[in-house]
Amino acid sequence: MTGWLGSRLIQSLIVLVVMSAVIHGLMGLMPGDPIDLMIASDPHLNAADAIRLKALYGLDRPWGERYLAWIAQVLRGELGYSRLFAKPVLAIIGPALLNSLILMLSALALSLLIAVPLGIVAALRPGRALDHLINAVSFASVSLPTFWLGLMLMVVFAVLLGWLPAGGMQSLSGEASGLADSLRHMALPVATLTIAGIGQYARHTRAAMLAEAGQDYIRTAKAKGCGPARLVLRHQWRNALLPLITLLGLEFGTLFSGALITETVFGWPGMGKLIADAVMGNDFNLALTALMLATAMTLLGSVLADLLMARLDPRIKLR
Amino acid sequence: MTRDLPALIGATLLAALLAATVLAPWLAADPEAMNLSAIHAAPSVQHWLGTDELGRDVASRLLHGGRVSLAVALTTAVLAAGLGTLIGLLAGYHGGRLDAVLMRLTDGVMALPLLPLLIVLAALDPAKLGIGDEIRDSEIFTIGRMVIIIALVGWTGAARLVRAQALTVKTRDYVRAATALGATPTRIMLRHILPNVASPMVVAATLSVGNIILVESALSFLGLGVQPPTASWGNMLTGAMNVVWSAPAQALWPGLAIFITVLAFNLAGDGLQRALDPRK
Repeated sequence: MTGWLGSRLIQSLIVLVVMSAVIHGLMGLMPGDPIDLMIASDPHLNAADAIRLKALYGLDRPWGERYLAWIAQVLRGELGYSRLFAKPVLAIIGPALLNSLILMLSALALSLLIAVPLGIVAALRPGRALDHLINAVSFASVSLPTFWLGLMLMVVFAVLLGWLPAGGMQSLSGEASGLADSLRHMALPVATLTIAGIGQYARHTRAAMLAEAGQDYIRTAKAKGCGPARLVLRHQWRNALLPLITLLGLEFGTLFSGALITETVFGWPGMGKLIADAVMGNDFNLALTALMLATAMTLLGSVLADLLMARLDPRIKLR
Repeated sequence: MTRDLPALIGATLLAALLAATVLAPWLAADPEAMNLSAIHAAPSVQHWLGTDELGRDVASRLLHGGRVSLAVALTTAVLAAGLGTLIGLLAGYHGGRLDAVLMRLTDGVMALPLLPLLIVLAALDPAKLGIGDEIRDSEIFTIGRMVIIIALVGWTGAARLVRAQALTVKTRDYVRAATALGATPTRIMLRHILPNVASPMVVAATLSVGNIILVESALSFLGLGVQPPTASWGNMLTGAMNVVWSAPAQALWPGLAIFITVLAFNLAGDGLQRALDPRK
């Protein structure tokens, strides 16, 4: 098991190193150049300054050298300054991470609370009316474009009814503040992510429940005289939850990369919006760090899911 | 298949969508013709779904935007399936070190945060890749770029499917007989393994089209996909978001078009899976 963990971690580390080179290389191919942007925003700088600055920051050197220099910096813990926010990168990523976690965890908890019971109920009597209804809801949910769903919720609840704020995390003026105000701002983005997430979880739960229904231990439990409620709650759904863990492992990364589209639509200052703003605003240091963090966490999520599966399911042996 | 109602609904919707978008140039008016004296007009006989913030006909923009979205999605699905098939065949049939390398690559790509990565790829500067000005501004380039970047991250599912199938098929007697008769690896892959992979591939490709449409419209919505004035469902929603307070109804149609199209592909793909699944 430790051997397995070691080789998995090394494998993930290799992917991470390869991706760091790819992402660093791609950043260099983005439009604009940090020094040209500095020159454009400051009339006191001239062409000679540009050449001097490029040499100073090492931008005149070939890509390979710049990449290695960047890696050395990162290993020393120097992530640089953000051009857009004029602050150290870490000072910006910290709060954005927290905002994304609040949003993503609320939506994840809500979707699971709704979707898992739906999947279980659908699988109790496959092919019946209720199953068809739940299937239809799941299909609709996975087919919805998130940005449109968010926009429609905004149109109905913010523009037409005026019940909820259309964006941001807090009211700007001091009149409304505190928890109630924050919850009102969370309502629409969380609803968007929840509605869009229900479908995949319900479908996975249903499929897993049906796969368990044919197992021997279910027949044994029935033969012992186990009632239907106890059968489902004590035996079947516990095992059916296992495949969901793999799905949640994939979801782990998105806790750190945020919900790019939903955050952009609602102006929620999380990691997703940060990544989009950094990439589109040529903020190299910020975009690099945020993307690397997202990649590392996604890789970690799949390792964690495998470990958790092995821990919960004695049939799985990690070698 | 005929008794599969959801699949039938999906297939009918698809046929209607394809017909409407293919015939768009004959059915609808010029999608880029502006009429600043008729901004945000209500639906009428002349403009079925009204007009947008520049007085352009919404119905005709929807149909023309659908042409772009569907063309991008179908081309990408075929390209991604092709790339995945090639990689899966090589990995599954050759095995050994090549298999190990290709599968680690597949796992690696699968474990990446896709949307952030796509945004970076879509935002790359063509000039730094040595692509000239004239090409850069052409419609074909912006659309082709989207096809390529989505296909570059979208081939993994197909590769795994094909590899698994290739692994089972290559031990069958008829493949071994063909090898004994001196058939080349290429011939075995194309004549014996590929036909066995065809039906799961068709299902996977159909199901992938829905996702590709969602990704493409999200990129266009963020301003990184199809560029205005060319209409696409995604960039029509960007326009709608900018005028959400003055014309909230504008956001309805493009999103509904995306939703129905994705739903249709998912229903059809699911039905196809049931129809082709030999275990049922």
